[in-house]
Amino acid sequence: MKWHRIWAVTRTDLRQLIKSRDYWLPMGLLAILFFVVIPIVALNAVTSVQNSQVAQQIGTVLDTLPVTIQENIQGETAGVRAAYAIAVYLLAPIAIVVPLTIAAAVGSNTIVGERERGTGEFLAHSPITEKELYAGKLLAALIPGYLATLTGFGVYSLLVNLIVGPDLGGWFFPTSGWWVLILWVVPPAIAIALSLIVRISARVQSAAAAQQAASLVSLPVIVISYAVASGLVYDPARTGLLTGLVAWTIAYIGLASGSRALRREILLGIGIKAKKRVKVPRG
Amino acid sequence: MPEPAITFSRVGRRFGTIQAVQDLDLSIHAGAVAVLLGPNGAGKTTTVRLATGALQADQGTIKILGMDPRVDGNAIRRISGVVPPKAAFYDRLSGRENLRFAAELWELGDAAPIDEAADRFGIGHALEQEVGGYSTGMRTRLALARAILHDPTILLLDEPTAGLDPESARAVLDLIRDMAGQGRTIVMCTHLLHEAEGIADQVVLMNEGHAWVAGHPDRLAEQYWRDNRVYFDAQDRAVLQELSDLAGVESAVFNGFVTVELDSLDRLPDIVAHLVAQGARLTRVEPVQPTLEQLYFEMQRHRRREVPA
Repeated sequence: MKWHRIWAVTRTDLRQLIKSRDYWLPMGLLAILFFVVIPIVALNAVTSVQNSQVAQQIGTVLDTLPVTIQENIQGETAGVRAAYAIAVYLLAPIAIVVPLTIAAAVGSNTIVGERERGTGEFLAHSPITEKELYAGKLLAALIPGYLATLTGFGVYSLLVNLIVGPDLGGWFFPTSGWWVLILWVVPPAIAIALSLIVRISARVQSAAAAQQAASLVSLPVIVISYAVASGLVYDPARTGLLTGLVAWTIAYIGLASGSRALRREILLGIGIKAKKRVKVPRG
Repeated sequence: MPEPAITFSRVGRRFGTIQAVQDLDLSIHAGAVAVLLGPNGAGKTTTVRLATGALQADQGTIKILGMDPRVDGNAIRRISGVVPPKAAFYDRLSGRENLRFAAELWELGDAAPIDEAADRFGIGHALEQEVGGYSTGMRTRLALARAILHDPTILLLDEPTAGLDPESARAVLDLIRDMAGQGRTIVMCTHLLHEAEGIADQVVLMNEGHAWVAGHPDRLAEQYWRDNRVYFDAQDRAVLQELSDLAGVESAVFNGFVTVELDSLDRLPDIVAHLVAQGARLTRVEPVQPTLEQLYFEMQRHRRREVPA
């Protein structure tokens, strides 16, 4: 595999994405919603709770968490403790939802988009290998999602520290669990989803069908990741590292088999749903 | 005789229940311009795709400059330029960005002759524009520039002039002549017969996945064209009046010059000698040559006689 050819594919896809405002604008808004709007509303609401009855109710909810977690929750008042719990534990899954949603949107169009435009024919006659093309497409789908997550994570960290930090005596975020989540678990989670989505993109007839199928496939991955993300920030040392290891293993298997599934004929639109419909060249 | 650059031996390719190419035998010499003629569905596009290894053959052997597309596909694609029937690009990118992408795939580096290739086809002025705003002709010109960017040894053009304005179509034909002059091997698929006129060293008539007949147009004309008509003209046309009475002349049509139908072209030397002896100063004695289109339909008629439906 030649890295510069992989990067040429990635860069070409990213250039198109950047020039498609109607495509990246909703993704940006999604990231802002999850990393900025929801945290600001939730944390401000909790930290500004004055009503002792509401604070007591929040305290009751926190009491249902495992003892080890309760011991880690910082803060003197029920409101501050609740804000800490929301910032550190309850909003962790957004780090998974945002990149997976963006990656699914970009990834679903990768191969089928080439076919629909007709550029698949050009690629099929070019000297790029199937593995290089697969890797290039994968990166093009992974980078926007992960970049949005890293940026969002930075903004989120800033917001959390600004809103909750003063009540806790200074900057406390990101915690070790979040570092593990962002750097160790999110990348393979995106890769797992993409290994399925790019494969779908290679097999379906149209971009619209790819979007639909990608949504169906990425939903369970998001749900599982959501649950895992919630759990691993409670126990980053063991659960987080182990989860990441499993995710990397699954991602490797998924990507390896996915790269083998991409063939030149697919770029030409041949062999798509072969049992039902066969596309025959006109000439 | 030069070595074949492209050889297909009993090549077959099936799509589901449809046999797109069957027992295809083809031999195109290095430096030749071969024109694949045939109706839609004849197997022309599949042949091009098989040649670069974009498609794999189910059976048979293909050799491109001695290389097997199944084994050396990437090496073949590195030396091949393809102009597909649909000039497809990344529409949101500029012409330059599209050519740059092709240059990167062919590993041409920063020295890729993007401007030269674009200028050659008169598209240099639009290189910074998004391709989405290009006309059909401009897209085809850009596709031609992309196909020759890496200076290919083999050029494969699949219906390159479909839907083009006359100027753009001429640019395609000029490219073919130009590349042929440089010794490149060129394969053009078309069903527009007049385009192949005068540029084809080799005509391959394809039908239902077979190369039914192949050869130089002149030799095919000798083989299939049974037209014994001859055009005559002279400085003093009155002397041509007696053509009607000569032995072997079946008809003579006077329309300024004279179109004479003979029972055999072997009569021609005697007729010329007779006219000269009568003092005729002949300015034209020209057996009627078929256009490629006439030849194509004549060959099709032969095929139908040989292979009844």
